[in-house]
Amino acid sequence: MNSLLPDLPELHNGRVRDVVRAPDRVLSTPCPEVDPTEPSIMSLAADLLATMAVSPGCVGLAANQIGVSARVFCLDVTTHPKTHTHHGRFVLVNPVLVEATRKDRAREGCMSVPDFTGDVRRASRVVMSGLLPGTGEEVTITTDAFEARAVQHELDHLDGLLFLDRVVGAHAIHPRQTYL
Amino acid sequence: MTDTPSLAVTVLGHDRPGIIAEVTGALADLGGNLEDSSMTLLRGHFAWTLIVSGPSLEQVRERLASLAEDDLVVTVLVVPEDNAVAAPSDTRYLLSVHGGDRPGIVSTITGVVAAAGGNIVDLTTRLSKDLYVVVAEIVLPNTVEIGELERELTAAAGAVGVGVTLRPEDTDLL
Repeated sequence: MNSLLPDLPELHNGRVRDVVRAPDRVLSTPCPEVDPTEPSIMSLAADLLATMAVSPGCVGLAANQIGVSARVFCLDVTTHPKTHTHHGRFVLVNPVLVEATRKDRAREGCMSVPDFTGDVRRASRVVMSGLLPGTGEEVTITTDAFEARAVQHELDHLDGLLFLDRVVGAHAIHPRQTYL
Repeated sequence: MTDTPSLAVTVLGHDRPGIIAEVTGALADLGGNLEDSSMTLLRGHFAWTLIVSGPSLEQVRERLASLAEDDLVVTVLVVPEDNAVAAPSDTRYLLSVHGGDRPGIVSTITGVVAAAGGNIVDLTTRLSKDLYVVVAEIVLPNTVEIGELERELTAAAGAVGVGVTLRPEDTDLL
C-alpha cells in the first residue's frame, strides 16, 4: 500500500557529500528549522538524495549527517524487505512527528555509526508532517513498519540524537566487526 | 540447597570455540550448579564471569587449573551471601553516553550517578576508532530529582566532551 506524495520538484546536480561519523559534534547538535524555498535548501535536498543514492543499503539521510545543521532529511525505503506502507523517495523540511503508536523493537544501524548496531524500540505507526523543498507545500505522511522506524531515526538525527541514545539496555549495542 | 558458599569464577583469554563447554563440563563433573553468568567478547577476548554453588573453592580451582594451560586466566573466589535487593520504590533508568574517546569518561559520569545514590546494575562500554559509547542501567532512589540529576550529568558530560541521555527503562510487565 503506497500513498504517493506530490512529485519532488526537480532537484538537479546533487553532489555526493562525505557522510559525517560520530563523535562529530554536528550529529549531537539539534538542527534549526530552515526555509524550504531557499535555493540553498533545494541544493541541500539534492545533495542528500545524491549521497543516499550512492551509499549501499542507505534508506535515509539527515542533513547533519552530511555536515549541515538544518531540519531536512531524505528517505527511500521502497525496496527494503521490512517495508509495508511507503511514500517512495522524498525529502522533508522541518518535519514534525504528530502521532506515534504501537511500539516494537528492532536492530538499527546508521551510516554515521558504522561500527555498531543497536536494539531500539520505536513506534510502528506514525503520522508526520513537513514541508516539501522548493514549493514549501505542507504534507502529512501516515505510515507504518519500516518507514515509520526510518522516519523516527531521521527525526532523532535532527534533534541531535543517535540510536545509541535510544537503545533498550546495556546489552543492546552490538559491534559490527568480528574479531575472530 | 548447600552449605558451601557460592563461588565467583572469572575466565578470560583469547576466544576460541569450546571454552564454555569445557568450563561448564568441569563444573558439572563436580556437581556444581551454575547460577548467574555473563559472557561477552571484549575486543576479541573471551570474558566470562559466573556464580557457581555446590563444590568447594579448592575443588573448583583444582579442576579449572588445566584451562590455564590453554592461555586462559581463571580466578575463583568465595562470594559472601548478599540478599540485598532494590527497594520497590526505586526506579530503573537507562543512561547512554557517547562521544570522542578520552580518559575519564566513565569515572566522570558514574561519579555523578554515585553521588546521587544511584546504583549501576548493568554496564557496557564500547570503543571503535574515536567513538566511545557507554550504556548503563541504573537504579535510582525515588528521592532523586531527575531533572536536577540530568543537569548535573549534562554538565559533567560536557566537561569531558561527550553527550548524555537519561531516560526511564521501558519495561512491559505482563
